[in-house]
Amino acid sequence: MREMGRRSEAAPHPFRAQFLEKGRSDEAGAVPPVRTSGEGQREGPYPGEGAFFLTGRMSGGIVGRACAEDARAPSDARRAVRRPAEPPLVTAHRVDGRDLVHAANEAAWALGIAPGMWLTQARVMAAGLHILPADPEGDRAALHDLAVALARRWAPTVAVSDDTGLFVDLTGVAHLHGGEEAFAERLLRLLARLGYAARLAVADTAGAAWALARRGPAPVVIAPPARHVDAIEPLPVAALRLEEAHVRLLDRLGVGTVAELIRLPRKPLMRRFGGALVRRLDQATGRAPEPLEPVVPPLAVSAVQRFAEPIATPEPIGRWMDILCARLARSLAEAGLGARAVLLVAERIDRRDQRLRIGLARPSRDPAHLSRLFRRRIEEVEPGFGIEAMTLHVLRADPLAPEAIGGALDEALGDGTPDLAPLIDALANRLHGRAPWRVEPVESDVPERSAARVPALAPPDRRPPALGADDVRRLAAAEDDHPWHPRWPRPVRLLPRPEPVEHVLAELPDHPPKRFTWRGRSYRVVRADGPERIGGEWWRRPAERDAVRDYFSVEDEEGRRFWLFRRGDGVRAETGDLSWHLHGTFG
Amino acid sequence: MSQTLAELRETLRRIEGDGYQRRPSLPFGVSAIDGKLANGGLRLDALHEVAGARPCLGDDASATLFIAGIAARAWGPVLWVVKRRDLFAPGLYQAGLAPHRVLYAEARDDAELLAIMEEGLRHRGLGAVIGEVKRAGLAATRRLQLAAEGGRTIALLLKGHARDGADPLGQPSAALTRWRVKSAPSAPLSFEGVGRARWRLELVRQKGGEPFEMLVEAPDETGRIAVPARLAAGPAPGRGADAEDVARATG
Repeated sequence: MREMGRRSEAAPHPFRAQFLEKGRSDEAGAVPPVRTSGEGQREGPYPGEGAFFLTGRMSGGIVGRACAEDARAPSDARRAVRRPAEPPLVTAHRVDGRDLVHAANEAAWALGIAPGMWLTQARVMAAGLHILPADPEGDRAALHDLAVALARRWAPTVAVSDDTGLFVDLTGVAHLHGGEEAFAERLLRLLARLGYAARLAVADTAGAAWALARRGPAPVVIAPPARHVDAIEPLPVAALRLEEAHVRLLDRLGVGTVAELIRLPRKPLMRRFGGALVRRLDQATGRAPEPLEPVVPPLAVSAVQRFAEPIATPEPIGRWMDILCARLARSLAEAGLGARAVLLVAERIDRRDQRLRIGLARPSRDPAHLSRLFRRRIEEVEPGFGIEAMTLHVLRADPLAPEAIGGALDEALGDGTPDLAPLIDALANRLHGRAPWRVEPVESDVPERSAARVPALAPPDRRPPALGADDVRRLAAAEDDHPWHPRWPRPVRLLPRPEPVEHVLAELPDHPPKRFTWRGRSYRVVRADGPERIGGEWWRRPAERDAVRDYFSVEDEEGRRFWLFRRGDGVRAETGDLSWHLHGTFG
Repeated sequence: MSQTLAELRETLRRIEGDGYQRRPSLPFGVSAIDGKLANGGLRLDALHEVAGARPCLGDDASATLFIAGIAARAWGPVLWVVKRRDLFAPGLYQAGLAPHRVLYAEARDDAELLAIMEEGLRHRGLGAVIGEVKRAGLAATRRLQLAAEGGRTIALLLKGHARDGADPLGQPSAALTRWRVKSAPSAPLSFEGVGRARWRLELVRQKGGEPFEMLVEAPDETGRIAVPARLAAGPAPGRGADAEDVARATG
């Protein structure tokens, strides 16, 4: 992070001396003023400490140009902006037991709905108002992502100003986009494409830019250099990022605009309001520095090796795989990451790149494991006339804290469960993405739904959420039963779909079949058990409200055991059509 | 280092004398079967083959349950390589194979399936590796047997019936034991219902031992098969064959 303001305080910057000449010549006396051709001294409204504007070559004592960008209707309302004929949409949140509007889209603004309004009032104002719960965390994350994207492509220093705004330091950047107007226009076009309704202001100080973006007369305000104080003077005092109590007090004192506030004597102001108000005022006018805390875009982790002589045989390819994996592991360790997907690109002389992609079930930065996974697939690399460069790209990474080196010792001692992650990775990469899975019990009596596939490394049993102190379920002292009953007969093999059986001879309402035909063969039932009645799950599908299956386990004279069911309970017609199906086979 | 540690532990155990010794084989816990097996049980570091007696789903399910019972009594996680997803985990759970222990993988063909099994055997962190194949030649089974040697992972191959009707256990194979499972009428009850399932279990071939055939009861919830007990009330009337089986199995 560049601490622009503070650096100049520690050691007076030669350029700063120009502007200090008039007021505080004592500080700058030893340093002769440096003048660059074509760049004279610009006087701010406050001689001696005025704000200044410098293009290109340097960044001075305080932020040169800052542009605050206001995403007025963040993430939730994004889609609304994209389509013009969108119905009014607001997001709501709850403050002190009241439901308030958090953000509103264009259509809602047009109807007079503004953030902070009671939700009931907004409902009255717009019939058919679409309301979503506010997601401040998501909004902040989206804003941070936007800041990172801007820092990558638009300007090196981008800071998040508050929940709805960004500061972009334009020092030495605007001319790359063809000037400030062109920059503002392009940025607004980009944001509109992304679905943000934005307001934008360019001024000499971050505070002034913030004020003009929020309270300025137009969506895009560009204050001419050194005229930013003139630009913010007609704005209300709330534009200065003051505390709400201070704004109310100033209002009662009859101070409405920034101009009136500036003209007040400073000392009583300081006594009455404390330092915060004066600091905000100074930050807006440029008397006080305001260091920005820029977002740091994460760097992609990769490892590259170019070869002086192209390589074409498996041994050097394998060896370089090892070396690159070791390098990648070091970079990952420095970044505190573990790789989840890694791509190896082998650049061939004839520009036909060979790509190998491996996935990992769990974040890992073990070089031996990574290179083993690559070496297994070494035969997929076709070197052709030779490979002149190899690169490892981390496609996906998760945070991974430093690991204890106890694994090998634990295994030798025979304690602990064996680590299956390397095996799962090896299998998944051999099966080309058809990763191994586990089966997890589901609380459902319908056989097809009672088992769910989960990723192989998912935690086997998730603890249920802790119950509240007055939860009625606390009264039940018994442990929860396993969702699968250990005694009720369940087949080992379940047919993918129940198959209809024909020529069934069975008495109603609850007798097992005596004879049935399945897949063209007839079976005579000797023994049978049942019925086990399983009702439809109406909470999943309304059509299952009355549905009933009566399951029977039957055995034929040769000892083959089947799981049959009949649709319907045999009494009420709406429970099923009394057709028989075979669902599985017992061992 | 790990070998030294293991040896030291073994020595300590012998000095302490708690009688525990790591056995290289997995016994059935039924003396009638274990006594006839060359190693007193199924060797852990070896390949074993199981097949249903007839090409029907019922016998296939019996063979599956037989394998599930063995895997349930193995020590660690289980890798089950399938080609079709028709295994029903609640049914396996009733044979003692808890869902969190089983890792499933799906292979496209027999070659891929055997390769995955080999991968699982070489990992050394699994208790059992199970695969369902149509056919596996001598070379493929020998590869599996070699991969299993030196570890503690039991390799179980469930062989399906090919279209030509050939005996799945008839081909040459490197497996230590070959089992054939056939569903048999269940244990008779004095009331209406289906009793504990029974199988006619046949050890077709074993290295260093004689083949045998007997009637057994399907695994209970801990995966243990049992030999039918002589019923106090005597077998149900008209089930002469059953009584003969019981007599032969116990006597």
